Amino acid sequence: MKEDLNFFDYWAYEDRPKIEWPNGAKVAFWVAPNIEFYELDPPQNPQRKPWPQPHPALAGYGIRDYGNRVGHMRQMKLLEKYGIRGSISLSVALCEHHPEIIELCKERDWEFFSHGIYNTRYSYGMDEAQEHAMILDSIETIYKHTGQKCAGYLAPALSHTEHTLDLFAEVGSELFGDDAGIYTCDLFHDDQPTPVRVRNGKRFISMPYSLEMNDTIVYAVNKVEPRQYGTMLKRHFDRLYQEGAQSGTVMCIPTHNYQVSCPHRMKAFEEALEYITGHPDVWVATGREIAQYYLDNYYDAALADIARKQEA
Amino acid sequence: MALDKSYLEYPKRAYGHDHDFYEWSMLTDRPKVIWPEGKKLAVWINTTLEFYPLNQRNIPFKTPNGMTMPYPDLRHFSLREYGNRVGIFRLLEAYKKFGITSTFAINTHLAEKNPYLLNRLLKEEGEILCHGWNMDHLHYGGQDLEEERALVKKSVDRLRELSGQPVRGWLSPAKNQSENTMMLLAENGIDYCCDWINDDMPYEFKTPASNLHVMPLSTEIEDQFVLGNNLHSEDSWAQQVIDAFDYLLAEANEQGGRLFALNLHPWLVGQPHRIGCVEKVLAHIAASDDIWQANTGDILDSFKGQS
Repeated sequence: MKEDLNFFDYWAYEDRPKIEWPNGAKVAFWVAPNIEFYELDPPQNPQRKPWPQPHPALAGYGIRDYGNRVGHMRQMKLLEKYGIRGSISLSVALCEHHPEIIELCKERDWEFFSHGIYNTRYSYGMDEAQEHAMILDSIETIYKHTGQKCAGYLAPALSHTEHTLDLFAEVGSELFGDDAGIYTCDLFHDDQPTPVRVRNGKRFISMPYSLEMNDTIVYAVNKVEPRQYGTMLKRHFDRLYQEGAQSGTVMCIPTHNYQVSCPHRMKAFEEALEYITGHPDVWVATGREIAQYYLDNYYDAALADIARKQEA
Repeated sequence: MALDKSYLEYPKRAYGHDHDFYEWSMLTDRPKVIWPEGKKLAVWINTTLEFYPLNQRNIPFKTPNGMTMPYPDLRHFSLREYGNRVGIFRLLEAYKKFGITSTFAINTHLAEKNPYLLNRLLKEEGEILCHGWNMDHLHYGGQDLEEERALVKKSVDRLRELSGQPVRGWLSPAKNQSENTMMLLAENGIDYCCDWINDDMPYEFKTPASNLHVMPLSTEIEDQFVLGNNLHSEDSWAQQVIDAFDYLLAEANEQGGRLFALNLHPWLVGQPHRIGCVEKVLAHIAASDDIWQANTGDILDSFKGQS
């Protein structure tokens, strides 16, 4: 184990080159629905148990199945109502299991990015060849079923190895050059996109994907009341909108069809979406669109500023 | 070091679920259901009555909401008993006040121990469903088949005998099951099980014995989960239940029949400081003209009559 994997250099938030999003927007806003498939009886990983109870673990499996059977349609319609195209963090086996959901999202021109094969198969313990094969499978599956060249990655169940980011960038390059493997959602160190150092030297970035606003963290880990989640989303937005006039920020709401789409939580989520999209200087976009815009317009300036400040 | 190669093999990666228990379908793709009298939202209020033995065995895991202190844990034992002697009567009053028919899920052991309680419940309109033997007899993966078969049979037979009701429904203690539980329920003539919570409508579940139905009893809005597990306030719980009700009713009006299922534990919401929030929720539900408030078995029969 190492004390730091050195994906990024220290780079203070103050006094950075300003990002201005299209049409002068202060905040780039994206919603990342995690559309996941959890196996009822997955193989055991030596470092993490998939379910707390012996098979069959109805409680955890059931609510996640609810997300696909019931919740997906609710969230999709709600996002549509507010002009939001989802950027899906996808358990790619869902392409085979539940192709209806994939079709609905394709019809709406949503983005698909890789969240591994299943959310019950962890990266822990994989050697490089295995993780390479898993990531390759995931990008190829997305391409086969959607025609999209996968731009982003969020490791399955946030399970990482030392080489996860390197491998994702490399597999993207092997398959589709600079069209795939350009951003990661696995780092939570910033409210702006920032360059990430990967082994093949590719232009590769971290996209803000807020764990603090992630509905599963909010509801299942921090056990927040639904109406309070709505308040948190609005406050989070207010501050990023205010600061965005000087810095240019990204706000992401990572969601799950089995959390935010439950009947007792929809109202608070809808109020927050209505509030956020009701502001004029918000660029409602997908993960890839934000990443590409940043790479095209601000990545080089960021690298230069980071280098300059390492010496200061 | 690497993982075993089977960790990157996916034998069940194909259309549908990764098991054969029930068919995959999205709720919005199914035929519309209309409840009796043209109502859109079926409302199932479920009251769960439980016995937590003091000499808890914790097989295969610690009984949820059971004893936590060294033996004899009189504190939790008596707090749970509170529901059966005091809390339930507050709930019955509230049901009467708002014209609610509740289904009663009861541990058979409790029904046997307290004939007064069972007989009192039988005076209500509500259907009795079996909540297993007691809270320290969990059904679990890896359980010996014959042991579980005997446990299901004893629980169902004895409750039918004591109640004189057909006992068509089942709710496992802690909603926990083995891989055989559903088959064993079917063997014992159980029509529906409330443990699976993956839908907002009933659906058919296949077993090697015969098929039965799942009546999903929502965990997400039940008192124990919101108050006991999430530690939300009573006011927030009432708000969440009302928000869920309003949302499902609106969805039902737009898309066709839905099921609103609310599970209540007298030991928890029967407390003096909580019963007011139950009344607030029931008042909100009872004020709607668009609902069909019914026993679980009747809701199932209406559903089956249309499918």
